[in-house]
Amino acid sequence: MGIVLKDVSKRYQMGEELVAALEDISLEIMDGEFVAIMGPSGSGKSTLMNILGCLDRPSDGSYLLDGYEVANMSDDELAKTRNQRIGFVFQNFNLLSRISAWENVALPLIYARVSEKERLERAARLLDMVGLSARKRHLPNELSGGQRQRVAIARALVNNPSIIMADEPTGNLDSRSSVDIMDIFSSLHGEGRTVILVTHEPDIAEYAKRIITVRDGLILSDQKKESHHV
Amino acid sequence: MFKESITIALRALLSNKLRSVLTMLGIIIGVGAVIAMVSVGLGVREKVQNSIASLGSNMLIVTPGAASSQGVRSASGSSITLVADDADYIRKTVSGIDYVAPTVSKQYQLIAGNQNWTTTVQGITPDYMAIRSLTVGSGSFVTERDISARNRVAVLGATVAENLFGSVNPVGQSVRINNTPYQIIGVLDSKGQSSMGQDQDDIVMIPLTTAQERLIGINYVHSINVQVTKMESMDQVQEKITSLLRQQHKIFGSKEDDFTVRNLTSIMEMATETTGTITMLLGSIAAISLLVGGIGIMNIMMVSVTERTREIGIRKALGATYRDIMLQFLLESVVIGLIGGIGGILLGIAAAYAISIIGGLNTVISVMSIIVSFGFSIAIGLFFGIYPARKAALLDPIEALRYE
Repeated sequence: MGIVLKDVSKRYQMGEELVAALEDISLEIMDGEFVAIMGPSGSGKSTLMNILGCLDRPSDGSYLLDGYEVANMSDDELAKTRNQRIGFVFQNFNLLSRISAWENVALPLIYARVSEKERLERAARLLDMVGLSARKRHLPNELSGGQRQRVAIARALVNNPSIIMADEPTGNLDSRSSVDIMDIFSSLHGEGRTVILVTHEPDIAEYAKRIITVRDGLILSDQKKESHHV
Repeated sequence: MFKESITIALRALLSNKLRSVLTMLGIIIGVGAVIAMVSVGLGVREKVQNSIASLGSNMLIVTPGAASSQGVRSASGSSITLVADDADYIRKTVSGIDYVAPTVSKQYQLIAGNQNWTTTVQGITPDYMAIRSLTVGSGSFVTERDISARNRVAVLGATVAENLFGSVNPVGQSVRINNTPYQIIGVLDSKGQSSMGQDQDDIVMIPLTTAQERLIGINYVHSINVQVTKMESMDQVQEKITSLLRQQHKIFGSKEDDFTVRNLTSIMEMATETTGTITMLLGSIAAISLLVGGIGIMNIMMVSVTERTREIGIRKALGATYRDIMLQFLLESVVIGLIGGIGGILLGIAAAYAISIIGGLNTVISVMSIIVSFGFSIAIGLFFGIYPARKAALLDPIEALRYE
């Protein structure tokens, strides 16, 4: 299963010109892999991550996610796929500021039509897992950056997705928090989850077991490592 | 999902209390204005209807036609063909009527002590009291015995009593009409002005037979008032009386009637229509403010959507569908309309009371206007919420997440 991209292209209309952000990318990511996608800004790595995260559709080509063709899905089907199969962790956390950490973690379950009781139970379990059960009722702005990112990770995991997508998850954190967060990703990988990490920092990419480098909309290199840093 | 969306909507409104209240104010004022204005309009209508009803709304009036001699036609009512027997005949043969009252009237000078007053003297029968919904303030009204005995008795209207006797109770005293003394047996309660501006209290009533034979010296009547039992059978009764009187007066074929049967429903209809127009006018002016309130909701919802672009992006990334976002924002504007509507109803009722107490205008609060304007305020919340909610629901999650 996992992810299979075949000849995926993404083009944008910029004024008169048609700009290609991705060109004929073919890629396979197996279940349980820990992959880092690297590249400078403008390389197309964000576009690739948006397509992998079902936030966007490719202009051409095929994307099989767990065996389902995503390229032709409607907006609502994409939303449902994101809800059930993908957990997002963003650079700027993207927590809702007016609701508590606990409710933030439970948020995806609202859209999965899970009952309130179960929502809060599952969210509490995950906050416990990331070591924040004492701060359940705090608002995001009452938490440190590292804590906020842990809340975001709990939220990404709450609907038990097959893939965790992290977009520069340590970009707004100090180095100690960064290590904490990366350790969580490593242990998630250890549990057998697929983790896809988008970053431009080589030392963060080092945590991954496979590094895909993107440049000018093409895959420049795709290296697998035997074993490194657990 | 509905419950969650309600919670989200209420939270959003509570997090911006002042803004929410100001937005609601537009609807509160709009709904309040509609209810208050319609209550004023309905109050006017009720007043006019009452004054027409006191004239006798289900009344037919038979008057003699114009006399004509060798092609010269005199004024309507100048014919002398209508007699008291016609009234008896109508009473006996036509069904569906309550009262029949023939009348005569003429202007005379009245003298009492050193005061004099010129007014209309009306010859009437006891039924006239019921037809005109008259009430006697002190003393009594003309009776059947007065009719058959042709008694010289008189019932004074309030204006006449006031002008001849001042504050003294005239019952039992005597008044001279055309230099003949009449005993005063009663004084009518004041009816005030008619809708045409006539003083309805400036009148003296004496028995019909007395008026015909002892005062005016005629054997015909000036009008026959007929009160019909049911408003709906007015036309039917009117037709029957017409054909009956033609028979009685031996008018056949295409010959013109020597009498006219008129009714007051046309006046009532006209008045109802006029006041209905006033109510509509007032209501629609107020409805404009409701519309402006709706535009206020739309305005604020647009701002709210823009402000919360990032929130929408997060929700969409986490799996919210078009419908989820649509519902969230739509509920928010509907809740504004709903709460605004309730507030408006309270304001409207309070305003209607204030208008009647302070302004002295008669107001009638109609349940219909409350229900309609409440429904309208929710509908306005819905309608003006659709565009912003749709705008929110259609946001591209990538763009929305990038929004600062």
